[in-house]
Amino acid sequence: MNLTLKIWRQIDANDKGKMVDYKVTEISEHMSFLEMMDVLNEQLVNTGEEPVAFDHDCREGICGMCSMYINGEAHGPDRGVTTCQLHMRMFKDGDTITIEPFRAKAFPVIKDLVVDRSAFDRIQHAGGYISVNTSGNTQDANATLISKHAADEAMDAATCIGCGACVASCKNASAMLFVGAKVSQYALLPQGQVEAADRVKNMVAQMDLEGFGNCTNTGACEIECPKGISLENIARMNRELLKANV
Amino acid sequence: MSGFFKSSIGRKYAMALSAFFLMFFLLQHFAINILSVFSPDAFNEASHFMGTFWAVQYVLQPVLIFGVMYHFIMGFILEIKNRNARVAKYAKNNGAANSSWMSRNMIYSGLAILAFLVLHFIDFWLPEISTKYIQGDMSGLLADSEGFRYYEELTHKFVNPLRVGAYVIAFVFLSLHLTHGFSSAFQSSGVSSMRKEKLQIFGKVYAIAIPLGFIAIALFHHFNH
Ligand code: HEM
Ligand code: SF4
Ligand code: FES
Repeated sequence: MNLTLKIWRQIDANDKGKMVDYKVTEISEHMSFLEMMDVLNEQLVNTGEEPVAFDHDCREGICGMCSMYINGEAHGPDRGVTTCQLHMRMFKDGDTITIEPFRAKAFPVIKDLVVDRSAFDRIQHAGGYISVNTSGNTQDANATLISKHAADEAMDAATCIGCGACVASCKNASAMLFVGAKVSQYALLPQGQVEAADRVKNMVAQMDLEGFGNCTNTGACEIECPKGISLENIARMNRELLKANV
Repeated sequence: MSGFFKSSIGRKYAMALSAFFLMFFLLQHFAINILSVFSPDAFNEASHFMGTFWAVQYVLQPVLIFGVMYHFIMGFILEIKNRNARVAKYAKNNGAANSSWMSRNMIYSGLAILAFLVLHFIDFWLPEISTKYIQGDMSGLLADSEGFRYYEELTHKFVNPLRVGAYVIAFVFLSLHLTHGFSSAFQSSGVSSMRKEKLQIFGKVYAIAIPLGFIAIALFHHFNH
């Protein structure tokens, strides 16, 4: 298929940036969206132009790097997928596709479609871990009994890949789905109880410091999340924060 | 605890708390207004009680005024903060793909309610305060002392079609506000989703039935007097 692409181009963090139109031809519907971007970049390199910078790594939906806002949605129109898992068969011959970086004050653009998501790392550093001494006295994993229900829910929360689609989709650029998932994966398990109060307090404080917006429960994050992280994790984080403060 | 209410999530709790109070107040207000359709006397009695009982006047009324003010001022503050969290806007954004119109426009439905509340204050509340606390007439009686004045005053207000029109539009916006707001308040307060599913049905019924009820009362008096 033949497509028109409207892509955000920005030389560096200080550049104002603008949308630029490109044409790509003979795109196979079996290609992934990133492969289509590769075709475009090859074309640009051949004509001596600067290729479009975009983040990617695993190309199989597990690293969370491939941040793109495609036709007004994070990771494009498909559900439960990252951009690398998005197939060109979701589009039609002759389509015009708008491609922008994830937008949030806390995710500044570095170049073209690449944004700086280290705010997420700093939130994780604030409490997204457990401190266990494993030197020489490691416990048998099965010694601590965990109900199937709690284990499943903790595992679901832990599937968050930190892609930032929740922030990008939220009208308030709120990071509460991400932080809710990271708080929940420990809040549900006995291993997470020791540091539970400090964890939620510190992670929420860091989230607020980074300049993310406030959740107004529109639910956009849950719909656009490639891993189907549920809003229930935000409710749980709210409960955890209340518990930590009373 | 003071740090809690400065955090983004603490503010959500406070917002939800004020909203719960407002929704409870709305229900109580509706229960009294609906009496005016069935029994002018019962409406008069209830109005007189609410208008003169000390706990309502000096406890609930100040809490209500604080609740409304807190709710819309915090609503504005959150809206401004949330806009600032995304400085550069998207060239193309498909909000309808993942969220309801109501949830994305709480500030506009809220502003419509606020405009109505100003009108409502001028229409009902200021004259009440003036009669009771400035002129000092706590009797609740008509000027010719034939009976209570509340029912007369109510029906008189709904003669003007412009006022009735404004009233109807405002309650449509209130319904839109509550369609998202009701379940949102429970989500903000951390209520788990299993309980929320039943609540959501109740919430939708509340969000449609109560505003519709207020509209019906206004139309009833408009066409019957
Ligand atoms: C006076 C004018 C009003 C304004 C400007 C206003 C504004 C807002 C805004 C901006 C929000 C979203 C904030 C957020 O979710 O964090 C909101 C939420 C809400 N509002 Fe209002 N509102 C007003 C009146 C009312 C009234 C009269 C009621 C009920 C009778 C009400 C019920 C709610 C509910 C239930 C929520 C959801 C709370 C939550 O998500 O925690 N509002 N309001
Ligand atoms: S919650 Fe979902 S959308 Fe948000 S960072 Fe995690 S995986 Fe991505
Ligand atoms: S490149 Fe790793 S998730 Fe898309």
